[in-house]
Amino acid sequence: MELVLIGLNHRTATLELRERVAFNAEQACMAAEQLRARGILEETLVLSTCNRSELYGVPPETTADSAAAMELFLASFHRMNPDELGGSLYRHRDLDVVRHLYRVAAGLDSMLLGEAEILGQVREAYRIALDHGATGPVLNRMFQGALEVGKRVRSETEIGTRPVSVAFAGVKLSERIFGSLKNHSALILGAGDTGELVVTHLRDRGIGGLRVSNRSIERGRDLAVRFGAETVAWENVPKALAWPDMVVTSVTSAEPVLTRAMVERAMEARGNRALLLIDLGVPRNVEPGVAGLYNVYLYNIDDLQEIVEQNKRARAAEIPRAETIVGEHVDKFLNWQAGVNSSVVLAGLRERLAAEREAFLAARMGDLAHLPAADRARVARLLEEFVDRVLLDPVERLRGERELRRKLQNLEALRDLFRLDQGKS
Amino acid sequence: MTNYLVLVLATLACYAASLGCYVRFLYAPARPVGRAATFALSGGLILHYFALLARSHMIHGVPYDDLAGSLSLFAWLLAATYLCLELVLRQKTVGAFVLPVVLALFVFAHAFATPGTAAPPARGAIFALHVTLNILAYAAFALSFVASLIYLIENRMLRDRRLGPLGWRFPALDALEQLSRSSVRVGLASLTIGVATGFVWAHRLLGRYWDDDWKVGITLLIFAAYAAYLVLARTGTWRGARASALCVANFVFVIFSYSIVNLYLSRFHRYL
Repeated sequence: MELVLIGLNHRTATLELRERVAFNAEQACMAAEQLRARGILEETLVLSTCNRSELYGVPPETTADSAAAMELFLASFHRMNPDELGGSLYRHRDLDVVRHLYRVAAGLDSMLLGEAEILGQVREAYRIALDHGATGPVLNRMFQGALEVGKRVRSETEIGTRPVSVAFAGVKLSERIFGSLKNHSALILGAGDTGELVVTHLRDRGIGGLRVSNRSIERGRDLAVRFGAETVAWENVPKALAWPDMVVTSVTSAEPVLTRAMVERAMEARGNRALLLIDLGVPRNVEPGVAGLYNVYLYNIDDLQEIVEQNKRARAAEIPRAETIVGEHVDKFLNWQAGVNSSVVLAGLRERLAAEREAFLAARMGDLAHLPAADRARVARLLEEFVDRVLLDPVERLRGERELRRKLQNLEALRDLFRLDQGKS
Repeated sequence: MTNYLVLVLATLACYAASLGCYVRFLYAPARPVGRAATFALSGGLILHYFALLARSHMIHGVPYDDLAGSLSLFAWLLAATYLCLELVLRQKTVGAFVLPVVLALFVFAHAFATPGTAAPPARGAIFALHVTLNILAYAAFALSFVASLIYLIENRMLRDRRLGPLGWRFPALDALEQLSRSSVRVGLASLTIGVATGFVWAHRLLGRYWDDDWKVGITLLIFAAYAAYLVLARTGTWRGARASALCVANFVFVIFSYSIVNLYLSRFHRYL
């Protein structure tokens, strides 16, 4: 049982090259079908995201260099010269394939360490391949293991928990104060890019109410329509501050948009309900003195950037724990593989001994020609029983062997001594 | 005695293991560790229950006849209340702060407190209800103390814009505020019924509802302090960190009532 992987990702290939060898769902199915139809692979799966394109497969046992055949196929499928791919492709075999896939599913091989989307993409690629019958027992086992690894790494480590973008950090901060955002509201002042990203995240997290205000009325209306929010006239902002739990500002202005006096009055009007101010403006939109007001939490772009940097370091610190989980599941796969191998080897051994027994009987029965047919049949049966008895103890010991390395060594020895692979290649 | 000792030691081991797991979970929140913490706490609660039962059989009376038994019941109720809240809120990070209190109460109850009998003789359903409800109130106040303390720590982190690893693992400020208020409401309800049954019991025993005892005075003070917290926490000036600080400060009265008053000042609630 051999496993092969060829692919390229954000580390080995330029964006332009990644775009050229990307597969959409339809192409992935087509490629899988062709790879099997041409006899290059018996089981196959195409994993293609914006950062990677990878072909996973189990080649027929007779194929000498399946990776080379896969590379040629990849180039021809995308109508490229194989030389264009050569330097950018990585090739893995057997356990390295398993480890690679498990690291991908864990987010350890992602551009943004620990990102969650990749697990969904692996799940989707597997679902498509499964639906089209492109996978078999080996890839099924390996991809189910990968999904398990992805889930475990995300629930048992913090590799993907803390936000690593400024916009998301702002939203996660609001959840530190208010918990679920469903019963809370936000006021967006201005229309910077990061501000828009914050709104997208707020929407995703189910923010209860959203209002938008902009100096340009038209632009404000445009934003409100786009975000599904209400508009607030710019001159009414001081009064409107009594309403939201969170204010996001990204206004281009030399002077602060929100002064201490303005926020102080708003806090009085809102009965000192907690207020989170996310100031994304440069120069700052909120007077620094506002941070001293009771129940006001003020974060500017530098504060958020610092949080992002801390979180990136925290994610990196989780790598060893995630790698341990990957290692555990690679061992699990290896164990399963050894179990499957032992069944194959033992079946081969029985077949071999049965053939030897038949040959032996055929050669020696001539000497027993004087015996009645019933006696000769009994001799044959006794010989069969004898072979079974001789095999009984070694087979039990082999199956019961708990140490994986020893089990694999024993299987290899059996294969080698009894020449079980002969006649297959 | 041997069985009782085994139960106490086994309970202690479970609570200690649970605390270890909760602390580990706080720093590295792995699901198996969190489960182990809850499992160890549940085991501790079951063993603790049987320890209280064994004690009851040993002294032929309710297990809270003395300070040790009373503190032990306090620890049990606190752990049980916390476990219920953990299961409802699905929030395990508070465990690392509640379990030290549970463990300290349990250790103090069994290692340092001297067994004795309360005077006057404590028997009967009304007395049992009176003591149990008052201790439940104290357990609820202890929980609100822990929630408010975490609120203050997290609030400081958020205000200083230095969240650190812990800041991302604490429950949201709103959730902590709600937890604290709910606990105080439970505590006040228990205390109200507990005090009322105390008056009934005093009337049966002494022929009068009221007696000028330190314990009565401090209990009414505790009631007033926590009622004030509930009212003030809704006002603009106090809402948030100030109310939480008040809740933390109020717990000083509970500790004073449980220690100094019970040990030295009260005539009818003194443990000897």
